[in-house]
Amino acid sequence: MSAVQEALPAVRSSRDATVRRFALTDSIFHGMTRAAAILVLVLLGGVAISLVAGSWQALSTFGFSFLTSESWNPVTEKFGALAPIYGTIITSAIAILIAVPLGIGIAIFLTELCPRPLRRPIGMAVELLAGIPSIIYGIWGLFVLAPFLQTTVQPFIISVFHGVPGLNGLFAGPPYGIGLLTSAMILAIMILPFITSITKDVFDTVPSVLKESAYGIGCTTWEVTRRVVIPYTRIGIMGGVMLALGRALGETMAVTFVIGNAHRISTSLFAPATTISATIANEFTEAVGDLYTSSLVALGLILFVITFLILAIARYMLMRIDARTGA
Amino acid sequence: MSTAASLHQSRKRKNGVMMTLCVIAAGIGLAWLALILGALLYKGLAGVSLSVFTEMTPPPGDAGGLLNAIYGSIVMTIIGIIVGTPIGVLAGTYMAEYGRFSKLTTVVRFINDILLSAPSIIIGLFVYELMVRPMGHFSAIAGAVALAILVIPVVVRTTEDMLNLVPNALREAGTAIGAPRWVVIRSVAYRAALSGIVTGILLAIARISGETAPLLFTALNNQFWSSNLNAPMASLPVTIFQFALSPYEEWQQLAWTGALIITLTVLALSIFARSLTGRREDK
Repeated sequence: MSAVQEALPAVRSSRDATVRRFALTDSIFHGMTRAAAILVLVLLGGVAISLVAGSWQALSTFGFSFLTSESWNPVTEKFGALAPIYGTIITSAIAILIAVPLGIGIAIFLTELCPRPLRRPIGMAVELLAGIPSIIYGIWGLFVLAPFLQTTVQPFIISVFHGVPGLNGLFAGPPYGIGLLTSAMILAIMILPFITSITKDVFDTVPSVLKESAYGIGCTTWEVTRRVVIPYTRIGIMGGVMLALGRALGETMAVTFVIGNAHRISTSLFAPATTISATIANEFTEAVGDLYTSSLVALGLILFVITFLILAIARYMLMRIDARTGA
Repeated sequence: MSTAASLHQSRKRKNGVMMTLCVIAAGIGLAWLALILGALLYKGLAGVSLSVFTEMTPPPGDAGGLLNAIYGSIVMTIIGIIVGTPIGVLAGTYMAEYGRFSKLTTVVRFINDILLSAPSIIIGLFVYELMVRPMGHFSAIAGAVALAILVIPVVVRTTEDMLNLVPNALREAGTAIGAPRWVVIRSVAYRAALSGIVTGILLAIARISGETAPLLFTALNNQFWSSNLNAPMASLPVTIFQFALSPYEEWQQLAWTGALIITLTVLALSIFARSLTGRREDK
């Protein structure tokens, strides 16, 4: 009895030590994880700060005219971002116009029409394709799509629209193969798996009971899709489209191969052009002079701001649909 | 009566038209993607030989291989993963465990999602300003850091998701026998979520092994064998970019073969990653 009483303080103090050690290691681990989480914020902040710092020289030299000037002349050191901005927006817009209807169509096919045994393999194939590096699409565009367009499609379209006022400007000029339209097509095929898999995922969140009630009162598949599924998932689809738009705007390699890198604004979709990311990729390592480099970083800053806004809107929309389904 | 019948007819017709369009869309999409993979296989396989894996990248107009580029890609990918994974796993752990309901987690999740889809060329510019400019030269280590920055958001996302799937009862059981929180996380939560976290790492490898844009002005390129991390290093994607845009036939052929190697690697990694999580779901 007395031996136990004598041992008790020793046990208690060693237990206290263990508890203290546990608390210490726990707070260290807690601090490490917290620091890593904060590092993620620091990264994005660092990206923003370094881009602003790097582009300061160009922005202070050219001021607002950097955004409105079309000239891009390394010899006279006059730089304006209008042509790359124009190319970026036009290629992404056309890509979205092509890819969204196709993507939603494929998603409807996968959720409503496809025979059950094929659904998983096709859905999986689509998701795998979303992971293929963009350089693959670029090399295909350069060696397969561009020559095909140049020799077959473009001469035909040019001859068809030759006499049509309005459209002959849109499809004018010699068929280069590379250019705005080719880039937009490559972008479209690149973001297609992406849009399809997000749309399919949000379609799957529609409660079966909603669809079944619509079928129950005699709706056709199209009516169920159009009146029930799409309205229910509208925000999610919009979020997916914005996410895809963010990708298309920032996509570098797939476009760099087939855009032609020409700093001018042309109304013709067949004309070579350039985008922000393609300009940076093509010219950054060859840029001589601080002002040239700084102007390229300023292009990067513009791209960063545009994609940040688009992606923030997209995430906000997708977060709302997540909140509603109570995931 | 006849109006009802004709309405029924027109609805059925409309349904038929729209559903046909959907099938056509699926046909176009799948055929288009099949076309790309077909061309890749056809053109890439033509150049596959042992010399691709044993010889250096050739000077213009000469035969050669891709050995230094493959080596550079592997080295930079490994360093990128080694640097990026711990940070990503720790940040994901904070978000799912210690700070599950904190404001910081909401903000980090939002920012991380934006980093996840931010243009990779921007990351390249960032690392250029951060490392290449102060150091005064391009280097493999700068390329690896750029890749690490791309790894982090992928790993953060999957780690958080997977830890959130671990049932709380498991954690409570650990806490009830007196284990401190970090032991519960390490021995219970990590163990339960292991295959999911590994999947995230594999997906991150798949993502960075094909990235070109962030390497263009960080690691640059190198015609020769180099294992010096402080010097420019060749990588498969950048070599493909350079060779594909060149006028030399041998280079273009090597570009196709390199593209095939990357695609097969990425597909294999993604399928392996998916089979890991798939098996867990079956259980």
